[in-house]
Amino acid sequence: MNDIRKAQMVGKNTDAVLVQRPLSPHLGIYRWAPTMLASILNRATGIALSAGALLLVWWLVAAATGPDAFNQVQNFARSPIGLLMLLGWTASLFYHLFGGLRHLAWDMGHGFAKPSLNPMTFVVLGLTFIATLLVWLAAYIRIES
Amino acid sequence: MAVSNKAEKIDIMRSQLGRVRGLGSAKSGAHHWKVERVTAIALVPLTVWFVISVLTHLGADQPAIAAWAGSPLNAALLLALIVMTFHHMQLGLQVVWEDYIHVIRRREAAILATKGACLLLGLVAAVAVLKLAVLAH
Repeated sequence: MNDIRKAQMVGKNTDAVLVQRPLSPHLGIYRWAPTMLASILNRATGIALSAGALLLVWWLVAAATGPDAFNQVQNFARSPIGLLMLLGWTASLFYHLFGGLRHLAWDMGHGFAKPSLNPMTFVVLGLTFIATLLVWLAAYIRIES
Repeated sequence: MAVSNKAEKIDIMRSQLGRVRGLGSAKSGAHHWKVERVTAIALVPLTVWFVISVLTHLGADQPAIAAWAGSPLNAALLLALIVMTFHHMQLGLQVVWEDYIHVIRRREAAILATKGACLLLGLVAAVAVLKLAVLAH
């Protein structure tokens, strides 16, 4: 054995004999399950929110710079691309919030009961949809009035 | 490699210590995991506050936003939001790179770049809030 990566894949079996540890199969071999979707979406929305954090920085810097810089942000936010980004940002934020709370519950050992494990994914998705809808409805009503 | 149910028996000239070295910490292994959760808990109320604040200030002009962000309570909450967001973000992205980038040098470079970018972005946002807080009447 002259490859260090091979040496790192060595473990001991119950008879204390050195053996090559098995590799878990790749993602592609599993049937899709709602819990898998829930976990992957949490990571995907986390990455999306990282990009969205740039908007937060831009907004704060513009507010601290002056009216012209601030108007630029406002104009971008009202453009079709800006609105689409804000919609994605809101939905990602709420999914990551509700999904994250679920992960915290999982970390404490709660929420693994078989009857509720899969349906809870759709509850989180539903809550995300409702919260996103409510925020955009409230925004629409405020802008119109 | 032949596929068999029985694990392949192998001979290895390597100490147990040598095999685990570089694979992770023996004393602070849970620290990253824990801080990720602590920042997540802090972000729950901060995020809800921020979304409500933005909604109530929709369409407001720059002086109104500057006055809102510059008040001591709002500035403090914004600073907390910035610190927690960027700390949580660099911890989370680090795990993503660790999972998907298999070349150690590239992985470490990506992690360092992420941490540096998060630190700088957080500082820029924090300085903006501090400026508004100091200039607020």
